Amino acid sequence: MSVVNYARTLQKVILNIGPRCYHRWVTTASVALRIRDSKQNFRCRLWCGLLTPVHYQYSTEGNTSKAKQVPADLVDKLERLALVDFPNQEGLVCLKKAIRFADQLHVVDTEGVDPMDSVLENRALYLREDVVAEGDCADRLLQLSKDTVEEYFVAPPGNIPLPGREEC
Amino acid sequence: FIQRLLRIEVSLALKEGRISPTELCRKCLNRIKKTHHLNAYITVSEELALKQAHEAESRLSKGVSKGPLDGIPFAVKDNFCTENIKTTCASNMLKDYTPPYNATVVQKLLDQGAVLMGKTNLDEFAMGSGSTDSAFGPVRNPWSYEAAYREKSGADPDADWVIAGGSSGGSAAAVASLTSFFSLGSDTGGSTRNPGALCGVVALKPTYGLVSRHGLIPLVNSMDVPGIITRSVHDAATVLGVLQGHDVKDSTTVTDHPTPLTGLPDDFDPRNIRVGIPKEYHGPGLSQETLAQWSRVADMFEQAGFQVEQVSLPHTQHSIVCYHVLCHAEVASNMARFDGLEYGHRSDVSSSTEAMYAATRHGGFNDVVRGRILSGNYFLLKQNYEHYFVKAQQVRRLINEDFRRVFGSGVDVLLTPTTLSDAMRHTDFVQEDNRTRSAQEDIFTQPANMAGLPAVSVPTALSSRGLPIGLQLIGPAFQDRSLLTVAQWIEQKVGFAPIRYHGDAGEGEIRVDVLPSTPTVWEKNYLIPC
Repeated sequence: MSVVNYARTLQKVILNIGPRCYHRWVTTASVALRIRDSKQNFRCRLWCGLLTPVHYQYSTEGNTSKAKQVPADLVDKLERLALVDFPNQEGLVCLKKAIRFADQLHVVDTEGVDPMDSVLENRALYLREDVVAEGDCADRLLQLSKDTVEEYFVAPPGNIPLPGREEC
Repeated sequence: FIQRLLRIEVSLALKEGRISPTELCRKCLNRIKKTHHLNAYITVSEELALKQAHEAESRLSKGVSKGPLDGIPFAVKDNFCTENIKTTCASNMLKDYTPPYNATVVQKLLDQGAVLMGKTNLDEFAMGSGSTDSAFGPVRNPWSYEAAYREKSGADPDADWVIAGGSSGGSAAAVASLTSFFSLGSDTGGSTRNPGALCGVVALKPTYGLVSRHGLIPLVNSMDVPGIITRSVHDAATVLGVLQGHDVKDSTTVTDHPTPLTGLPDDFDPRNIRVGIPKEYHGPGLSQETLAQWSRVADMFEQAGFQVEQVSLPHTQHSIVCYHVLCHAEVASNMARFDGLEYGHRSDVSSSTEAMYAATRHGGFNDVVRGRILSGNYFLLKQNYEHYFVKAQQVRRLINEDFRRVFGSGVDVLLTPTTLSDAMRHTDFVQEDNRTRSAQEDIFTQPANMAGLPAVSVPTALSSRGLPIGLQLIGPAFQDRSLLTVAQWIEQKVGFAPIRYHGDAGEGEIRVDVLPSTPTVWEKNYLIPC
């Protein structure tokens, strides 16, 4: 059987296996090239791997079957911690989507795996001599602020908790 | 004719006196004015640029050049601090903020005599993958206005313009539209390589720890790297050679870095290089054309004698989720510094400190930033810390191990697509929210950030819509030089033609030399029609 006929037969087989083989010409051309090169060995090596793309277990929407509830007091707590308010109901929807998306992490088995803080964890941190090398720029820094008095940044009174949603 | 040339050719032209730095600077400034509709620049530092160009000219006339970048115009993404030039991060929070210092990378470039054209537009605080969420308006891809796009897709550029990619869209658009010869971006999850691929320019993300982050307003401390965008791989290598190095002010820079690049080797034996094709990168959503380009380059490698093989990075599909959690958590922490007290926008509320902070942050940040801060805070709550944040850190280690295993087995470089497809139209891109788009677009680029590995995006061809497609190469840590050597080989073989124009001062028609679409020799011989 000639090389081209072999490749044609293989192509038919490939096409029948894959449900949606839309990159036919690319894959088949790669297959034919491999066959022609390795005359003794009809091993096929395909590029971009596969006949069909890898199936990803995740989706950008997250696992929609288990909708996460975010209770009102948690919303309040997050707003106080972050000192950022939810723009509107849409913001809450966004948070729920983000949580659903992140929940997909739990399909991965991480038993016995150490958490990784930094990619440079195997290196010693560089330490320099503990001497003052630069500074003396208080004036320049104070100029950046909108409200200063002499050498102080002026802040409104502290220790007053943020009013809750219902109090606003 | 100047803007057609690459940086290396311009350097030579400057040295030989064929053009003066001031003239070059003026041409670039004119070009910026002409491409104003792209919205690539937030601030154009015209006076400073001309002053620097004059200084470069006097240096060159005395024959004392500072280096290969002397007199070359460049642009900087607006999240790098530049002394006395407004640095906004495309946000209301820092709209009127002028830093009192230069970022280390900017200072290094200025010390080499490069001429700063201005600060480029980006997604607000570098959060996004389209450069569409800026307080100063979205960035348009310069290829939207090219003949190729108009002819091939019949689109009207003003209504159907395509995005530049993000978040360093302005930097990539600036280099692609010939207003600067190289630019700095920042890369946290692909923010340099994504716009690089969509704008048809070379975009390099160096190894984490090689280039100083001092002065780069941080997004994710464990993944941010200053990125380099140029029109050729050789230029990227030159700029990296200038920027790399230990910085006392950035404790995450390494001291045992490799010696700076003085150039890339032209002759190397392809048979000694093993290229890996990770099969998991052939994921859902990958466009047929990008897949075809990926396959084409893989075959090009094999024909030239490289050892090409399929490899597996099993945790690739979980990488984007892991990145999402770590990114939001670190963002929540890094954005905490913006309270209006010491710098930046400050609201008029003065009933209490907390009320003032909350009002300032409400007014200063857009919805995207606020959304990320809130979800980051959620993941860092005591009850969720182990469940999300620590889990993500564990998955990060698994991803790192994947890469280490593959590179440890002798593979020298990995070849993958950079983006799912060519640039999307803006009207289509904004149909989904920022978070969803980031989850889609960053899928191939963020694993390299998770593992701190160097990666470069090289443009390979134009798609059927007349827009660039780029491929990504990922290398082992601190092997940036070898990575760029292979990237240069691809660049020379694919012969991608960047945007050019004929005639001086941009009066001529803008035409693009598109790659021939006739099949290559091997395709003719072996292609079997279905």
